[in-house]
Amino acid sequence: MSGDKRHGNSRNAMRIGMVFLSFVILLIAAAVWNLRSGSVSIPVRDIVRILSGNGDPESTAYSVIRKIRLPRIVLSAVLGGALSLSGFLIQTFFRNPIAGPFVLGISSGAKMFLAVTTIAVSGLFVDMPVSATVAASFVGSILSLLIVILFTGRVRNMSSLLVIGMMISYICSAVTDLLINFANDSDIINLTHWSMGSFSAASWQSARISAFIVIPAFFTVLAFSKQMEAYSLGEGYAMSLGVDIKGLRVLLVLLTGVLSASVAAFAGPISFVGIAVPHICRMILKSEKPILMIPASFLCGSVFCMLCDLAARMLFSPTELSISTVTSAVGAPIVIWLMLTRRNRNGR
Amino acid sequence: MADKLKTDASRISTESLAVGYGGEPLIRDIALSAEKGEIITLIGPNGSGKTTILRTIARQLAPLFGTVFIEGRNMKALSGREIAREMAVVLTERIRPDLMTCYEFVSAGRYPYTGRFGLLTDRDREEVERALKLVNAYEISDRYVSEISDGQYQRILIARAVCQEPDIIVLDEPTSFLDIKHKKELLEILSSMAKQKGVAVLMSLHEIDLAERISDRIVCVKGDRIAAYGAPDEIFAGSTISDLYGIDPGSYDSLLGKLELSAPKGNIRCFVIGGNGTGIPFYRELQKKNYAFAAGILMPNDIDVSVASSLAARVVCTEPFMPATDGQREEAERLIDISEVVVIAGCPKGEYNAVNSVLEQYAISKGKTVVRSLSGLREVL
Repeated sequence: MSGDKRHGNSRNAMRIGMVFLSFVILLIAAAVWNLRSGSVSIPVRDIVRILSGNGDPESTAYSVIRKIRLPRIVLSAVLGGALSLSGFLIQTFFRNPIAGPFVLGISSGAKMFLAVTTIAVSGLFVDMPVSATVAASFVGSILSLLIVILFTGRVRNMSSLLVIGMMISYICSAVTDLLINFANDSDIINLTHWSMGSFSAASWQSARISAFIVIPAFFTVLAFSKQMEAYSLGEGYAMSLGVDIKGLRVLLVLLTGVLSASVAAFAGPISFVGIAVPHICRMILKSEKPILMIPASFLCGSVFCMLCDLAARMLFSPTELSISTVTSAVGAPIVIWLMLTRRNRNGR
Repeated sequence: MADKLKTDASRISTESLAVGYGGEPLIRDIALSAEKGEIITLIGPNGSGKTTILRTIARQLAPLFGTVFIEGRNMKALSGREIAREMAVVLTERIRPDLMTCYEFVSAGRYPYTGRFGLLTDRDREEVERALKLVNAYEISDRYVSEISDGQYQRILIARAVCQEPDIIVLDEPTSFLDIKHKKELLEILSSMAKQKGVAVLMSLHEIDLAERISDRIVCVKGDRIAAYGAPDEIFAGSTISDLYGIDPGSYDSLLGKLELSAPKGNIRCFVIGGNGTGIPFYRELQKKNYAFAAGILMPNDIDVSVASSLAARVVCTEPFMPATDGQREEAERLIDISEVVVIAGCPKGEYNAVNSVLEQYAISKGKTVVRSLSGLREVL
């Protein structure tokens, strides 16, 4: 009997190992595909040479790879992972499978704050500096998230909290629209561009800053996976195990805010990745254990965003689509499909 | 001094504890203690605050006043991990994760023993497997928690608490959702944990009959105080139970632990000559049809009396182990006189109940409708 159990465990461990291995292989494949594809197609042989430092620094291929495609790949991988991870966090927090980082009005809050800031500082700068955009959307996301959390204590029913999040989202949109009436055209273009979402503004600087925020956040989340697992079994139960629920809540909120705010800041509110990818991971892993889900969501989110960015660049080349166009078109059907299969399983 | 010593020896105890929500005390002056191997059960009407007390002891609600002691130490001074190693909690919070196997679910109970990332050691796995086997759930280890029945889920919850290796286990209505077989099984598991491992069990139960059988001490929760606290024989003597639940005295038979419905109202229209359990199906049938009746002549220790005393308008009884007196026979005859139907339940006659043969003849001679079977009774009602 006990031998059977061990066998089952090791088989499971092997499957999980295979899942992670395939994620890594897919990540590399997506990176290579992204590097070689574009308005200038570059053979893999040249890519290897350029990356290993043997290329001709004066050639077009060299600067396309090193200055344009590579930072963009890094940025989409980091932010895709961040978005998916923050989706997983918010789903854990609300115990709601369809919650996403932007469903609760986080992106609308970011947009509103960005609009306020853009208009307020438009006299000072010709172009909004990256740091100001990051700061504005970060503060906006945290503010709207805090408002949602404020209601968390008051409502016991989590679905009404979701409705509150949507309403906050509408209020923020209304304020944003109001502000747009008084804004310069150039500011509006900036805002519209932001809200469509794109990795096209990628640079080594933005890739570095986002990695600097996202990677520590990732490891912090990982360090609290045990507490999150206990939390997912019920707040009362987690408390009885000695989990500091209040502290954990604040931490979850902060990390979600940091992760989704950096996405909003560097690439705009990319839709559906945060909802769909954690689901895909659950189905593939056949587990909800945070210790597995955290790295899996991150990796899967990276791959997903890299492939979607590739599609955004290539599908109607030379016209570049916004990233949300692709993620929604791919993500929404996946969510529907997952919901249907989920229902079947629970329906018994 | 003696009191202090007692507190130190207790696995868990409370001192002038007040519990409630939002600063409003619901119940005050709670002083309970569970020694090693003791089972303490909270009973009381719905909404009386049993769960509130348990949640406070389980540290999910802050006490409004007073102290909870675990192994003689103030709970406030203990870390969450220390408490979790001493006390396991099974409350009514019912969250079933979608994609978690029973094995994974139960292994959450190892939380206070595992490291930063919650990885299980061989010893942890042994405990999880032992707990699963204890509740007869080893076969469903690999099934998802979302796919098992309520009864299986309840057992998984117990297994999760068991593998926490607690000295104290706190449970809120652990038998709800279970059928009779599983109720019995569950209480036997708790009982053996208490007796063999010395675990102190503190729980609330809806089934007062089960509470009486399993508990070492019973706590009656009603109003803003503990209404009664003591050994089951003390609690179930007299009218404590009827007072607690606000039901008619006599509806609850504490000796047999069964609840009877109320007696039909109105004039007596039937007399049942029973005894030795033969009358019981007739009493129940008459109650269901709301047909007021009398029963007799029974000895007070007859099993019939336990039901008849709740359901019959009048029961004619002899003195213990004595034949009927003339007075008792005459009273029975008067009751037959006013009845339309007389049931002869068919109890064998002996030395003590020979009088019932006389009553049967009396009923026939008076031309009463005499019924000898349940189907016969249903026809005439």
